[in-house]
Amino acid sequence: MTDHKSGIVQGATGAWEMVIGLEVHAQVISEAKLFSGASATFGGAPNSKVSLVDAAFPGMLPVINGVCIEQAVRTGLGLKAKINDYSVFDRKNYFYADLPAGYQISQYKQPIVGEGEVVLDMPDGTSRKVGIERLHLEQDAGKSLHDQDPSLSYVDLNRAGVALMEIVSKPDLRTPEEAGAYLRKLRSILRYLGTCDGNMEEGSMRADVNVSVRKSGAPFGTRCEIKNVNSVRFVMHAIEVEAKRQVEILEAGGKIDQETRLYDPNKGETRSMRSKEDAHDYRYFPDPDLLPLVLPAGFVDGLKKSLPELPDEKKARFVSEYGLPPYDAMVLVGEKASADFYEAVAKGRDAKQAANWVMGDLFGLLNKAGKDIAASPVNPKALGGLIDLIADGTLSGRLAKDVFAFMFESGKSAAEIVAEKGLKQVSDTGALEAAVDAVLAKETDKVAEYKSGKVKLLGYFMGQVMKATGGKANPGAVQDIIKNKLGG
Amino acid sequence: MSIDSKTVKRVARLARIRVEDAELDHLAGEIGGIVAWIEQLGEVKTDGVEPLAALNGLTLPWRADIVTDGDKASDVLANAPQAVEGFFAVPKVVE
Amino acid sequence: MSELTELTIAEALAALRRRSISAKELTDAHIAAVEAARSLNAFIVETPLHARAAAKEADARYAKGEARAIEGIPLGIKDLFCTKGVGTTAGSNILRNFVPPYESTVTQKLWDAGAAMLGKLNLDEFAMGSSNETSAFGNVANPWRRKGENCKLTPGGSSGGSAAAVAARLCLGATGTDTGGSIRQPASFTGIVGIKPTYGRCSRYGIVAFASSLDQAGVFARSVEDTAILLGVMAGHDPKDSTSAKIAVPDFSAALSRGVKGLRIGIPKEYRVDGMPAEIDALWKKGAAWLKDAGAELVDVSLPHTKYALPAYYVVAPAEASSNLARYDGVRFGLRQPGKDLTDLYERTRAAGFGKEVRRRIMIGTYVLSAGYYDAYYLKAQKVRALIARDFAEVYKNVDAILTPTAPSAAFALGEKSADPIAMYLNDVFTVPANLAGLPGLSVPAGLSADGLPLGLQVLGKAFDEEMVFRVGRVIEQQAAFAAKPEAWWRVA
Repeated sequence: MTDHKSGIVQGATGAWEMVIGLEVHAQVISEAKLFSGASATFGGAPNSKVSLVDAAFPGMLPVINGVCIEQAVRTGLGLKAKINDYSVFDRKNYFYADLPAGYQISQYKQPIVGEGEVVLDMPDGTSRKVGIERLHLEQDAGKSLHDQDPSLSYVDLNRAGVALMEIVSKPDLRTPEEAGAYLRKLRSILRYLGTCDGNMEEGSMRADVNVSVRKSGAPFGTRCEIKNVNSVRFVMHAIEVEAKRQVEILEAGGKIDQETRLYDPNKGETRSMRSKEDAHDYRYFPDPDLLPLVLPAGFVDGLKKSLPELPDEKKARFVSEYGLPPYDAMVLVGEKASADFYEAVAKGRDAKQAANWVMGDLFGLLNKAGKDIAASPVNPKALGGLIDLIADGTLSGRLAKDVFAFMFESGKSAAEIVAEKGLKQVSDTGALEAAVDAVLAKETDKVAEYKSGKVKLLGYFMGQVMKATGGKANPGAVQDIIKNKLGG
Repeated sequence: MSIDSKTVKRVARLARIRVEDAELDHLAGEIGGIVAWIEQLGEVKTDGVEPLAALNGLTLPWRADIVTDGDKASDVLANAPQAVEGFFAVPKVVE
Repeated sequence: MSELTELTIAEALAALRRRSISAKELTDAHIAAVEAARSLNAFIVETPLHARAAAKEADARYAKGEARAIEGIPLGIKDLFCTKGVGTTAGSNILRNFVPPYESTVTQKLWDAGAAMLGKLNLDEFAMGSSNETSAFGNVANPWRRKGENCKLTPGGSSGGSAAAVAARLCLGATGTDTGGSIRQPASFTGIVGIKPTYGRCSRYGIVAFASSLDQAGVFARSVEDTAILLGVMAGHDPKDSTSAKIAVPDFSAALSRGVKGLRIGIPKEYRVDGMPAEIDALWKKGAAWLKDAGAELVDVSLPHTKYALPAYYVVAPAEASSNLARYDGVRFGLRQPGKDLTDLYERTRAAGFGKEVRRRIMIGTYVLSAGYYDAYYLKAQKVRALIARDFAEVYKNVDAILTPTAPSAAFALGEKSADPIAMYLNDVFTVPANLAGLPGLSVPAGLSADGLPLGLQVLGKAFDEEMVFRVGRVIEQQAAFAAKPEAWWRVA
């Protein structure tokens, strides 16, 4: 696997550029479904979270959930998009076992949200804007299980009717890495707003990936759609293998059939979906069981006023308020929980030091333990307390790392651990001088080498002093004492 | 405009209704006749006319986000032609 | 047979309140009438147990002085209304064994008001038809026959069973639905009163959907007053139906006696169609004269797009139906035919489950929505529909109600029109415009044809102005003094 940074596939006849667009289906966070009163939460025995409306029984009718409308508008605002006060729900007609009514209620020509944009934070610190085409509300389908029986598929409608926001990007992405950055940013915005939990593994956020290739300057080529890819890693890899597949065909003189494909993570390739022969004629028409959606005056403004600070704004503020480099700010604001944690630690302390501790030590141990920040055994107050002990000289940076490891393990405060384990930094010059003298007395050969010019041995002497003091010696003070004593 | 058998076959597939080949021509004739009669709508001047979107000033009502339904798997499955362990069963679908 | 089945609902309620009759007697008389009339094939399923239980409850309540609005009134229910625990077929093979675990809002209101259910009434399959000849459960015979003839006539459709049952005195009233005329036209063919209220007046929840923007529940009875009483119970906002209007239900009965003095009644010239039987035109003129005598002013008006209403209807209704009927796929309820894969299962199930007319309409609906045709047909039809609605809005600036014939003919023989779909569609030429515009319409029996068959007149009103429609209808009813009854040729013993 490559690093996904390149958007170029080299062919015999030259370089082909990738053109990528993403359609993300994000499940809306709400208690009940989009058009019925059944529960929209995940899980449950099969067909237990199903209203007869979801199951499309005769005479059943849809009634729209106001919170789903709010969540879609808030998401649109988070995408800096145009909110359409007038929008229409259309029926998308097709037959499938997990689509009880034989149509999905969606929005076709008049969606609730129009054009917007997402700013990508690239790993090299640069920013790139990606256009959003539209966002609309639609029903999720049920789930079919095809592996429970040799000759039957099983259908569970628990998910049928859950509200989805379909977020369509413009075909502005050019590399798999950008696609990954887009998904991460989008997920971050959705989580900040609380409109979707962005959990791709659980299926609450899914990506359909549109890929085509072209020679530089040429018009867009025919695209293929890779459906329902459920991790960022898979999206990036799917783009690569699909682009390569298309280039191979084109280089051989063939043409690309516009089709829908599936990504197989086990085989690492995309394959054509059998069932999609009819080039789907969905026969969209406005749903006659619903009337046009009209947002009342003041509705959008009201939601705008109560939006939380979003990642882009927070990142800019962290740079200006805390003096952090953009990359650090980007990492910290990725999750609102991390950003809030950081700010609690940074308040009244050295902002850069706080950032290093959060991003370096804390995130490092959290990753290793497979925990997310909400489950951190060290809370902001505790981490702040540790930093305070460095600032007042009680701990050296080195010692503090050890203390932090103990804090993470035990959930205890820095002060408790310092007291328990006697890990206070030794700064008392008398004690330190004695320790240094002892080491220098022992290492007479190396002292001679040092005096003859091998000044690198300073590090060695310091290591020995630290060892002898159980790591507690104040390194700065030790270094000064050694230098003085050796006349260097 | 007359409808041909190929069109009838395509429409029947979209509608998931099995039509035997022997019926195609007859059905094409019937449907073609009806569509031809409908074509008179083309005589009406409709430039600048918005298609009817809502009758009688009706507007879309919004529901509160409360769970008021579900938890009735037995009702949902009661009329199922084939149900297995709480699921609807259909011939296996290969994607 | 007893006179109990000759009562109107108003009369029956008065007698029940006086306790001069019991609900049990009233119900038993009707159960017997139903049993004796099976050759009409008006009922798909009879529910005497339900009726008797309701009657028992009614008598208890009358004794305690706790009677509700229509306590103990025996009614028939068109088999398009889902009734909990009672088979609901929509006249189709595909729902032959379907038992809904829920009740429609409209029928629940009737039960909550004390009515008794005699059974589920026959209809054209999925309400698609104008003669009740497309039902999977057989044709319904009109209780009326031509003078001196024995051949069976259609009661009209799609609510043929409902109309036949009320006309044959098998029930005091019956629910129906009207999408293109399916209450008004059968009412005219069977000499009874039928009302289709404003779109949004009654809830569609629990009614098997045919064409969602056109369907509306309504009712048949033998007097205008009776239909006003029943509609008053059936109507009202339902939060479970997004197209249900948040509008209060007036006391329809109170409107009946207001007369038509000073009212302006429109006579639309486009309803005088080519080939219209002279006797229908004559009856229409008579109706206008009655209203004039009663103090109304007659105004010639124009509804210029009238002739395009039928083709517009036959685009919009099948289009919506093709989508509404996609749920009948053999997966969760209804008929299932085995298939080698899912697609085969769908195709065989739907071919076997749907009758010819339904299959044809689904195909037309699918066609007019399909890629390349949507603009030319569906979008065009919805624009024409907007023009038709606008025509009415214009006319209603100047008149209070409109008077037209209900149907372009009297009842015809079974089989007479089933060869040519378009000939059948033309039955709805006077009724369809009101569905497209969402307006209320009432058919009142006004006279007899030369053959001795009933002919109705239609009163159309403004949106949510059923009171006006009832007012005008009442005057016609009084003036027509239509007392003819069908001979009970069908009765066994």
